[in-house]
Amino acid sequence: MTALRRGVLALAAPVLAFVVAAVVTSVVLLGTGDSPAEFWQVLLTVPAGRNIVNMVNFAAILYLSGLAAAIGFRMNLFNIGVEGQYRVATFAGALFAGQAFLPGALNTVASVLVAMAAGAAWAGIAGVLRVTRGVSEVISTIMLNAIALSLVAYLLRRVGNRIGQTIETDEIPSNAWVPGFSLVPGETAELYGLALLAVVAGVGFAVVLNRTRFGFELRATGYSESAAIASGVDVKRMVLYSMLLSGAVAGLIGMPELFGASHAYGSTIQTGIGFTGIAVALLGRNTPLGIAVGALIFAYLAQQASPLGITAGISPEIILVTQGVVVLSVVIAYEVVSRYRSRLEQSAVAAALEAERRHEEVAA
Amino acid sequence: MSTMAPAPTEHPAGQAAQRRTSGRLSRGGRLWLYALAVLVALSLARVVTGADDLTSAGTLRAAIIAAIPIALAGLGGLWSERAGVVNIGLEGMMILGTLGAGYYTYYQGVWIGLLGAIMFGAIGGALHALATVVFAVDHIVSGVAINIIAAGVAAFLAEVFFADLAGGGATQSPSLAQPPSITVPGIAGWSDDLADRGWFVVSDLAGLVNALTADVSSFTVLALALIAGTGWVLWHTGFGLRLRSCGEAPTSAETLGINVYRYKFVAVTVSGMFAGFGGCYLALVASSGYANGQTGGRGYIGLAAMIFGNWSPGGLLSGSLLFGFTEGARLRSGGESVHALLLVVALGLLVLAGWQIWKGHRTAAVLSAAVGAAALWWYLVTDTIPGDFTEMTPYVTTLLVLALASQRLRMPAADGQRYRRGQAG
Repeated sequence: MTALRRGVLALAAPVLAFVVAAVVTSVVLLGTGDSPAEFWQVLLTVPAGRNIVNMVNFAAILYLSGLAAAIGFRMNLFNIGVEGQYRVATFAGALFAGQAFLPGALNTVASVLVAMAAGAAWAGIAGVLRVTRGVSEVISTIMLNAIALSLVAYLLRRVGNRIGQTIETDEIPSNAWVPGFSLVPGETAELYGLALLAVVAGVGFAVVLNRTRFGFELRATGYSESAAIASGVDVKRMVLYSMLLSGAVAGLIGMPELFGASHAYGSTIQTGIGFTGIAVALLGRNTPLGIAVGALIFAYLAQQASPLGITAGISPEIILVTQGVVVLSVVIAYEVVSRYRSRLEQSAVAAALEAERRHEEVAA
Repeated sequence: MSTMAPAPTEHPAGQAAQRRTSGRLSRGGRLWLYALAVLVALSLARVVTGADDLTSAGTLRAAIIAAIPIALAGLGGLWSERAGVVNIGLEGMMILGTLGAGYYTYYQGVWIGLLGAIMFGAIGGALHALATVVFAVDHIVSGVAINIIAAGVAAFLAEVFFADLAGGGATQSPSLAQPPSITVPGIAGWSDDLADRGWFVVSDLAGLVNALTADVSSFTVLALALIAGTGWVLWHTGFGLRLRSCGEAPTSAETLGINVYRYKFVAVTVSGMFAGFGGCYLALVASSGYANGQTGGRGYIGLAAMIFGNWSPGGLLSGSLLFGFTEGARLRSGGESVHALLLVVALGLLVLAGWQIWKGHRTAAVLSAAVGAAALWWYLVTDTIPGDFTEMTPYVTTLLVLALASQRLRMPAADGQRYRRGQAG
């Protein structure tokens, strides 16, 4: 296969998926009597500097969430519980940081580690149940999501301070805050300092996945569990470790905003990031770069859709339909393309064998 | 996977023979015995703790109303997984059902509302079938995507449908008509009297009778009929046998001339229909209209109930009743009732631990005893359970039950595996 053809095939799936999503969204809008033209006009306006900063901030958060989900997905381990792990972890991190046991930057580092440990522990429950009792991690992580919601609400009520309508943990002392930095010149909105965690985690994921024994065993288990077992991989241990790792990364999701903007865990914490992360991971084929692209696209859609209600009279919720259809059609499109590719390869091999046979006949 | 490999033998003949001689009770008899044991335990807990609402007709009625949507979702899961397709998308199909019920009931009444909900659920099911059966996408991935789409569609369309209606809003419908309810004359009255006396076991039984005969929604009756009907269709008809063969050994089924794709497609679409009915029940019976986020993970709990019930209709119903009961107890004087349940759980686990020691499972026994002791300690040092914890009850129950039960379960052999036509060799 030529390089050109390979490149076209690699791009075909996502392009196809976005075309389908665009068509479905437009049809839904037509069906409800809204104007698709206005929708696309709003969605495709060039974002202002402030919006770009918001977009990148949100993309960094989504990237961490997607990464957390992808670690499990690579070995067919479905950690649907990123949402719960992220909440438990952010709460634990905020609580620890608010106590100011340690001075300045030391407090920041320790709190991030506490959050990672809390996320890992919460995910670990599902891992242990899977390994020792054979409980499907899909069901248990979903149940743990709901339990995390109530548990954190309860703990927040016990230890938090009531501020107006919301309850918050003690504010993190300002010496532990992480300053942002300017992304777009002349713009007051700043990129969260800890948004860089996304880059660190992404590079770390790529290295671990492609350059370590753990990463190799992870991928091997994902491709064929029976083959992995046959070659000596301890699948139970892998399940537990990747669940813990996934939870630890989920623990990072809340950190950029915690140390960059909110400085406390409050009952107004953003919901649904864990679920969006799953979509982002699926969109990006669970690869470090793919997830980054997926996170940027989802952040773009979310940011651009927010003024829809005011400027075009369309409920911004429509973007959830677009995102969902993108995810479903992208997985279908990848399947179709890979089937097409293997058929191409098969015919190429068949042609080569045929040529060889003829060559031998001539020689004989 | 090769289809030539011999299937593992479930029960060697000797073991089966031993089972026949040691178990003197039939399967049905054992179930009645378990039910009676649960009733006595709950009654005992009620008398000891004074949590009178624990087995009142009101609590049991709330339990049934909470159990039916879970059972319907589980029934959807049963159809799908018996045909070999894992359906995590039940939650999304249920969401679509709540929306369809809200829209059609508002304009056309309850019965068209039910049909609308079933249709919306079927659309979700067909989408899942398209992805998993036709395109052989991973079942979990497709299900997760469908849940995302369904939540988005419902949030968007709810605003379009209901925002401008009187009494409605961007996230909820106006209150809707309720399906008719049925009271059996001649039983409802005296059972209510008897239930109020507070007698050991007798009053609890009367409460149960009252909950099952007075003011029962017609949808509840319909749902129970569907569960029984599913048992008949899947286990007593040729269609059911072929459908289940697709979940056990699709390639073998193919060699026998069964169109596996068609059976799987039908099963998953029907699965969506049941989930849609479950959503309808939530919107019309369990509450008085559509609201965003109404399903609250019940699709997943339904799936858990089905797993707990070992992929069988009777099992999934008992699983659903278990989850429904914890929910019902929470809704009616939650703190007190759930606190009393803690005692039941503690004693139950301690008994289990004893049994496990007798059977020689030492690790399991230690685990059960530890959790049981913790529950007992919690019961003794508190008087009531805070609201946040009662909210957790159904989810914690799900986890505990799966942790205790999952090793005795057997799912359809080819459940969750991708199947492509023409692989039989």
